[in-house]
Amino acid sequence: MKNMENKSILKKITGSREVILLLIVAVLAIFIEIKSGGVFFQLDNLNGMFKNYAVDFVIAIGMMLVMLTGGIDISVGSTLALSGMCASLIFRDHQGLPIIAVFAIAVAVGLCCGLLIGTVISYGKVPPIIATMGCMNAFRGATYLVAHNEWVAAMDFTESYKNFAQKSYLGFGIVNNLLVIVIILYVIFYCILKWTPAGRKIYAVGSNAEAAAVSGINVRKVKTICYVILGGLTGLAGGMFTSLYASAQGNMGEGLEMDCIAACVVGGVSMTGGKGNIVGVFLGALVIAIIGKGLPLIGVSQFWQKAIKGVIILVFVILNVLVQRSVDKAALKRREI
Amino acid sequence: MASEYVLELKEITKIFPGVKALDKVSFQLKAGEIHALMGENGAGKSTFIKVITGVHKADGGEMYLNGEKVDFKGPNDSQAAGIAAIYQHVTAYPHLSVAENIFMGHEKVKHGMIQWKEMYAEADKLLAQLNADFKSTAEMGTLSVAQQQMVEIAKALSSNAKIIIMDEPTASLTKNESENLYRIAEKLRDEGASIIFISHRFEDMYRLATRVTVFRDSKYVGTYDVDKISNADLITAMVGREIKDMFPKPEIQLGEEVLRVENLSREGFFKDVSFSVRKGEILGLTGLVGARRTEVIQTIYGVEKLDSGKIFLDGKEVKIKNPRDAIKNGIGLLTEDRSNLGLILDWGIGRNITLTEIEKYGNKVFTNDKAERAAAKQLAEEVDTKAVSIFDKVSTLSGGNQQKVAVSKILASDLKVLIMDEPTKGIDVGAKAEIYDIMGQLAQRGYAIIMISSEMPEVLNMSDRIIVMCEGKITGELSREEATQEGILKYAMAKSLKNTAEN
Repeated sequence: MKNMENKSILKKITGSREVILLLIVAVLAIFIEIKSGGVFFQLDNLNGMFKNYAVDFVIAIGMMLVMLTGGIDISVGSTLALSGMCASLIFRDHQGLPIIAVFAIAVAVGLCCGLLIGTVISYGKVPPIIATMGCMNAFRGATYLVAHNEWVAAMDFTESYKNFAQKSYLGFGIVNNLLVIVIILYVIFYCILKWTPAGRKIYAVGSNAEAAAVSGINVRKVKTICYVILGGLTGLAGGMFTSLYASAQGNMGEGLEMDCIAACVVGGVSMTGGKGNIVGVFLGALVIAIIGKGLPLIGVSQFWQKAIKGVIILVFVILNVLVQRSVDKAALKRREI
Repeated sequence: MASEYVLELKEITKIFPGVKALDKVSFQLKAGEIHALMGENGAGKSTFIKVITGVHKADGGEMYLNGEKVDFKGPNDSQAAGIAAIYQHVTAYPHLSVAENIFMGHEKVKHGMIQWKEMYAEADKLLAQLNADFKSTAEMGTLSVAQQQMVEIAKALSSNAKIIIMDEPTASLTKNESENLYRIAEKLRDEGASIIFISHRFEDMYRLATRVTVFRDSKYVGTYDVDKISNADLITAMVGREIKDMFPKPEIQLGEEVLRVENLSREGFFKDVSFSVRKGEILGLTGLVGARRTEVIQTIYGVEKLDSGKIFLDGKEVKIKNPRDAIKNGIGLLTEDRSNLGLILDWGIGRNITLTEIEKYGNKVFTNDKAERAAAKQLAEEVDTKAVSIFDKVSTLSGGNQQKVAVSKILASDLKVLIMDEPTKGIDVGAKAEIYDIMGQLAQRGYAIIMISSEMPEVLNMSDRIIVMCEGKITGELSREEATQEGILKYAMAKSLKNTAEN
């Protein structure tokens, strides 16, 4: 057993997967920069892009955790709407609340939604796609119900709340507040997944749930917690969303789940669980954001945007598969026969 | 030019990055013979087969078919030359019909249309030749493994193969099913096919083959006439060592009682199971299939729930509700199903070893990679795991080395009792001896070991004491000195013997 300390070649290759993704993202960005005549890389534009897509970035983290355990959650759009709506309604009626309290309410509602989903899936043994499909409709319905099918309009919010998403006082006047939240969350979850037993357990459950159980890991608890975290992050995103658009509507966040799942898949998170990392997800979400913000910039029509977005996502997924295949092949070459 | 041999390989060498999988291996197959190919796992048998079938390209050496030199570029070439392989794991399409499976790739087509009637008729004819008890319209996935193998053989026949290679075909078959397979193999031989038969089982070889070729460590050891070689000589050829060194059980002074279970019962599975195990003792727990040994230890380990009964550790009663409780109380389980329950194959060796005890390395919040790696490395070396580094994926290891990783993994916890469920299942003879050696060392270090095993030699040679179960009850206990194969069997079949007596 020599060279135990040396990192294996394999590790280096898997490490470079993100490098490959980064290169592609760069090419995509530069292409849009040239086509748009130098508008894309302007600070205002970038800030605007991150501001508009901060919600996707935040939810993608939670979605990744859930996908790592082998699950999926298609109810995040509805969770976002419900938590954003609840917070907005309370805020409308109690204008004196500090902004942080509004966010706390949204997060709390999200956590509850996540707890419900997680419990149904882990303890009720309902397949994730079915459970979250049910919750998707239930939460959406609940959103309309609590709001009595009304909007919470811009005039019902305080200036400071509306400004939160537009200003950058958390980011020393340069980086938008929402982007600051995104960066902090990515750093935190990077550390959790890389350096804590909790993170290791999530990967263990996703790679082989039975082996994890025999190793003394409470598989149901780990899975439930992942859904709860996703719920909490989605709740936070709900607050960010209402602040950004200065209103709360019953149909907000519709279709958001697909963008978040796409971000994960583009970032190399495996649909069967156990594989993926936070850097990849960040880059995946970045791809979604660049496509969303960049295509209109270079004058692509609305209808084409969707088609092109779909094609780009497919291309990334295929690239991922190819890279994974070469990694697996490299591993097989090392196998003793 | 005609040749005595239908297939001859000379000095075949195959190199994978870092490994010489085949080192100047030679092989000769006569027309109409059944030739056994034996060797430990990792001896190079499977690679060798893949060279013959054109899946791998040899890096050196020559291959002759009926005296003519051939050079296969891929599996299609070998198929066209009349070579068919039936692999260890059936490679079928479970949702398609038997006929579709048989004719996959060479369907009967007329005017661009598949001729279903013709195909089913032809398939049924082939199946009838094999005395199959199912129709060609049956869905593949509904068949038993033995039946699926018949389909594979029918597939080989449908392509008019003259050389048929069977890779461990009896591995997952019952005795009767194996017997049927022997008959089919003999029939094929009598009809002029030559068969290469790979197997771990000596009875397969004695029953079928006329000659046997042995590989060891990627090298050719020799070819022998089956009726002229003794069992012991064959094992020596395969393993490169004498069989009496297989069971290095050290003499150990037994300590005090560590684990005692009293009247364990689980409705519908087992009843009133009581036993105890002492420090330094290896307790063999054996019985036939259906004796419910695994169920008993899974309950002790907290995987399944107990209906009644008590578990005592060091004289104190403990409640075990899940595997975490078991580990906390010092009970570790080496599962029978290494690849699904014991290890995460996708992960490196080190991570697997420390999985149960991640919290132990580092502080409350963060893991400590350095401490973890050092611990994993030490544990892996303790049981002499052979790998390049602790970052090697477990899936790249041989069965024996995987088992060593699994052992290191349970050693990472602070344990008193080790439960080993079929510790040498699916690993080759050489690695078995190493696992026995490790077990002896662990007993010497003071672990109380419960070994569940169905292999008689293992039970007889490794246990200090043997408990025999039959249909959910303990039917007998034997000391190491008084245990014999007959004695164990008598207890293992206690119920059926009693029933026969009563009738």
